[in-house]
Amino acid sequence: MSELFSKQNKEAFWQPLGKNNPVTVQVLGICSALAVTAQLKPALVMGIAVTIIVAFANVIISLIRNTIPMRIRIIVQLVVVATLVTIVNQILKAFVYDVSKELSVYVGLIITNCILMGRLEAFAMMNKPWPSFLDGLGNGLGYAKILIIVGFFRELLGSGTLLGFNVLNYECLQNIGYMNNGMMLMPAMALIVVACIIWWQRAHDKDLQEK
Amino acid sequence: MANDNKKGLSTNSNAYTLIYAAVLVVIVAFLLSAVASSLKERQESNERLDKKAQILSAINVNDSEDVLADYTKYVKKELMVNINGDVVSEEGGFDTDFKMAADEDHLPVYVCEVNGETKYIVPLRGAGLWGPIWGYVGLNDDKSKIYGIYFAHESETPGLGAEIVTDKFREPFKGKDIKKGGEVVSVAVLKKGNKAEGQDQVDAISGGTITSTGVHNMLKSCLEKYRNFLTK
Repeated sequence: MSELFSKQNKEAFWQPLGKNNPVTVQVLGICSALAVTAQLKPALVMGIAVTIIVAFANVIISLIRNTIPMRIRIIVQLVVVATLVTIVNQILKAFVYDVSKELSVYVGLIITNCILMGRLEAFAMMNKPWPSFLDGLGNGLGYAKILIIVGFFRELLGSGTLLGFNVLNYECLQNIGYMNNGMMLMPAMALIVVACIIWWQRAHDKDLQEK
Repeated sequence: MANDNKKGLSTNSNAYTLIYAAVLVVIVAFLLSAVASSLKERQESNERLDKKAQILSAINVNDSEDVLADYTKYVKKELMVNINGDVVSEEGGFDTDFKMAADEDHLPVYVCEVNGETKYIVPLRGAGLWGPIWGYVGLNDDKSKIYGIYFAHESETPGLGAEIVTDKFREPFKGKDIKKGGEVVSVAVLKKGNKAEGQDQVDAISGGTITSTGVHNMLKSCLEKYRNFLTK
């Protein structure tokens, strides 16, 4: 057990949640962070979906890492990810049709997420399956964390709701001049919210600042 | 995994790379087709069930517990009509749907009975901003006033265009008249403040202009195809 949760393995899991966050520090997966965060729910679902796929793609690549020819390794990684995503999509469609309807385009978007390729190339190609699994889980959750924060602010300030439930759309608030900010629903505002998180994180963590 | 026995080989040789790629592709192809064909039946029955639920939404039967039972309870006939408004078949409407654009002689119409009153459901299909949008419009027995309406989309923007599925957008359609002076004129979807000439109108979604225009055009073009049937 001590080996399973060694210091190194713990770091593989915790680093991406904090100091080495894939979105705010490595600046990966920004495109989907813009696309799915206008509301909290898709952000949540996308975060979970990416976490599962990164973790398992990492394990598979790690298992076959010694057999992969170096020259076509990126293609092999892509094939593994695409296969995994397609199979998950098919299973969702057959057994939980409602969820698959909800996810619709996001499933396809997972394949193009740069975090996936980044982790496969940077970690799974040279580490054993278990640490790769933890690394995938950590990065997926680190990504989900940012998506949820951005989704929270965008839905709250843009539509006045959270997960579709009314929070701010009350007459008394509107009477004193409060208005939902439609700007928050535009993709550009996601970038600004992400930038604010990066700002906050760098201000708190001296290690991240350039000398 | 399958290629572990080749560990001794140089993984950089051309032959190894080629064989590796070929084997990988065959494994993946086999896996995918096995999954697809074994799940196909379940997926198709799910799709049919979902479509029935969508049709029921057009006559305001939402969140049905048992879609199949409700569908047989309310939907009495699945007609096919041609562009002249003549009924060409009393059945098969359900399966021909969405091929509408290709075949103007087989336009589906669902005849329903709600609390003793006849309702007609006409399918809609159009283009949104990112992909197809579709829906069903339920009309009263005068084939004129909208009784209920359902919209769905494949990939519109959440919070903006995707709002067409919400009750907030759908509710105002109810009671609107698609005919003026005996002619089918559809219902306009316009930005707040704009006034439609000679037809009823509902508000577009702010920030979802292109999707709203898509809904406007979809209603217009689809109802146009049914013009002869609706004025009969």
